[in-house]
Amino acid sequence: MRLTDFAYAPIPADAEVFRREVRDFLSREMRDIPPIQRADSWMGYDAEFSRKLGAAGLIGITMPKRFGGREAGAFARYVISEELLAAGAPVSAHWIADRQSAPLLLHFGTPAQQERYIPGIVRGETYFGIGMSEPNAGSDLASIGSRAVRNGDGWVLNGRKIWTTNAHRSHYMIALVRTEAQADDRHGGMSQFIIDLQAPGVTVRPIRDLTGAEHFNEIFFDDVALDPEALVGTEGKGWAQVMAELAFERSGPERFLSSMTLLHTLVEEIGAEPDSLQAFQIGRIGARLMALRAMSLSVTAQLDQGEDPAWAASCVKDIGTALEQEMPEIAQLLSASEPRVDSGSDHQQVLAYLTQLAPCFSLRGGTREILRGILARGLGLR
Amino acid sequence: MMKDMFEETAERVLGDLITPELIIASENGAWPEGLWHAVEENGLGLAAAPESSGGVGGSWHDAFVLIRAAGRHSAPVPLAETILVNWLLGLAGLDAAPGSATLAATGGDLADGRFSGTLGDIPWGGQAGHVLAVAGGNLVLLSSADGSRTGAFNAAREPRDTLTFDSASPVALAPLPASWPPETLLLGGAMIRSAQIAGGLGRLLDTAIDYANQRIQFGRAIGKFQAIQHQLALLAEQTALASAAAEMAFAASETAPSPAAIAAAKAVASEAAGQGAAIAHAVLGAIGFTYEHDLHFTTRRLWSWRSEFGSQSYWAQDVGRRLCRQGESGVWPAIMAMTPARAAKG
Repeated sequence: MRLTDFAYAPIPADAEVFRREVRDFLSREMRDIPPIQRADSWMGYDAEFSRKLGAAGLIGITMPKRFGGREAGAFARYVISEELLAAGAPVSAHWIADRQSAPLLLHFGTPAQQERYIPGIVRGETYFGIGMSEPNAGSDLASIGSRAVRNGDGWVLNGRKIWTTNAHRSHYMIALVRTEAQADDRHGGMSQFIIDLQAPGVTVRPIRDLTGAEHFNEIFFDDVALDPEALVGTEGKGWAQVMAELAFERSGPERFLSSMTLLHTLVEEIGAEPDSLQAFQIGRIGARLMALRAMSLSVTAQLDQGEDPAWAASCVKDIGTALEQEMPEIAQLLSASEPRVDSGSDHQQVLAYLTQLAPCFSLRGGTREILRGILARGLGLR
Repeated sequence: MMKDMFEETAERVLGDLITPELIIASENGAWPEGLWHAVEENGLGLAAAPESSGGVGGSWHDAFVLIRAAGRHSAPVPLAETILVNWLLGLAGLDAAPGSATLAATGGDLADGRFSGTLGDIPWGGQAGHVLAVAGGNLVLLSSADGSRTGAFNAAREPRDTLTFDSASPVALAPLPASWPPETLLLGGAMIRSAQIAGGLGRLLDTAIDYANQRIQFGRAIGKFQAIQHQLALLAEQTALASAAAEMAFAASETAPSPAAIAAAKAVASEAAGQGAAIAHAVLGAIGFTYEHDLHFTTRRLWSWRSEFGSQSYWAQDVGRRLCRQGESGVWPAIMAMTPARAAKG
């Protein structure tokens, strides 16, 4: 690690201009969305909201104009993202497509793939899921067993994926699967494919999470026919492509701003004159958010310059999720409000919801333990 | 870039000259004349003072790397303080202080142009030539020699003196600029300590990684054990947090100390200091607890700096009260306002 990995990176003026646009949009569209729904943040699914956001030109902002984008830089996307998250906007329908599928296709996809998928993503109409984990391959992603076997020009896919957010209401998944038997090189022989989730042989089964809601899914592939155009990038290079994708997945502000609604209701609950314990803990959260924002901006600058900030992104995610997991713990210490479901005040409901949701923050997108392993490698320890 | 040049110069001057022997001599009361001479020769103390007041003309943000380096090397001289004082004097339209300078966060009284008061917790108060203080809405530069000194030391045996002035004539005096908060010197001190803590943590991280890669137990380097790796990952995270927060405070303070950003930075850095020192000691084991090993030069400073110019608790409460005053809808804009959209220079 070098401290320069987190050198201060100001938001350029040409990116900052988007803040007004997104705030205007939010002041119109968020008016009737109550706090308990805002608490869902980037887990909140609202296709109509996504379409309106797309129509307002605020999705796929970094994409080429010929695909409907605005050819803005990574900072513009950062500004839009943080405003959406801070407001608790229901962005989950398009979030993954905007955050990683479109950039992945722009980087590794064929012109035909780009033409086919990116405009719909930018309009907020086409949604993607991520196919990485499998029942027997969680943190140990390299041990995936789903396999695509050559069949004429295309492939036939068999296997399973699990924990895919929104697969039951998305159009496509980009899945990492094996195209060769596992060789000595654990990271070789894997490829990425675009899978139409409505295709014959694909079965999507939602899995209820502990709150009773259905966000993630198990997906079964039974002799799913993949045409030649389904392959993303280079056959056998899937692992490296996925690692590049993960930098987008791990560094963004959703890793520390997705619980903002709880901070909002907590501050409202405490009022303008906190006691010293309340002031200390609220301040501790606020100070860390400031520092994390600085770090995340620094990673954004590296993404903007085409670098691969995998190490720094893991750092942001591990610190960010630790903070988000502390927030419900702190909230229940600072006020007498008990958690309530389908009843009680806004704060009580948000507290109940995020208390239950918090464990997943350090699981999804790479567990705490995996991230610390990546950090250790970057420090030269392994 | 000015910042790169500062970093390179600081590493060369401080890295070459500061040895464990020099720090030990300083902790026993000796003034490292040779080191300070090199600091002056390279203009380090004048890094952020405007050229019009005799300075180098770097931006305050540029000076961040110098002050972080002073922390990294446990510089046994008031380098961070001198850079801060000369920057503030320049902003207030005053000439840079000749030689070394320090500051007092507590104020005194000004009557008929003469300063009286007892100023406590002054870093290097007996060694620095001048002390910057605030009195009656004025920025006052005093000659340290005009005060009577009571010596005291922090846990790293760095001087933290009390100076008592009785009708002393200031060397320079100017009204505190209207846009400056009354607690400007406390904020300035907190800001430089945040940067020094970031530098100290960077040193701990390097030391602990080297040790973990060399120390063999159970037939392999202890750095190969996951338990150690994860501890060092946490140390790296705390280092990154402290450095990013401190740099943000500097960048936000280009024209005057920025209260919210500095409060947040010192709260983050002070917490990181304690956590980082604990991890480094755990990784180095008993050898790190000896006087013979260098580790304590840094950890004892971190344990001191985290409390100086406001503790974690003091500044976190300050941030918390600011956020609560904003109410629900003002929380996010307030957090954003701690981070400037654009750097003034560089």
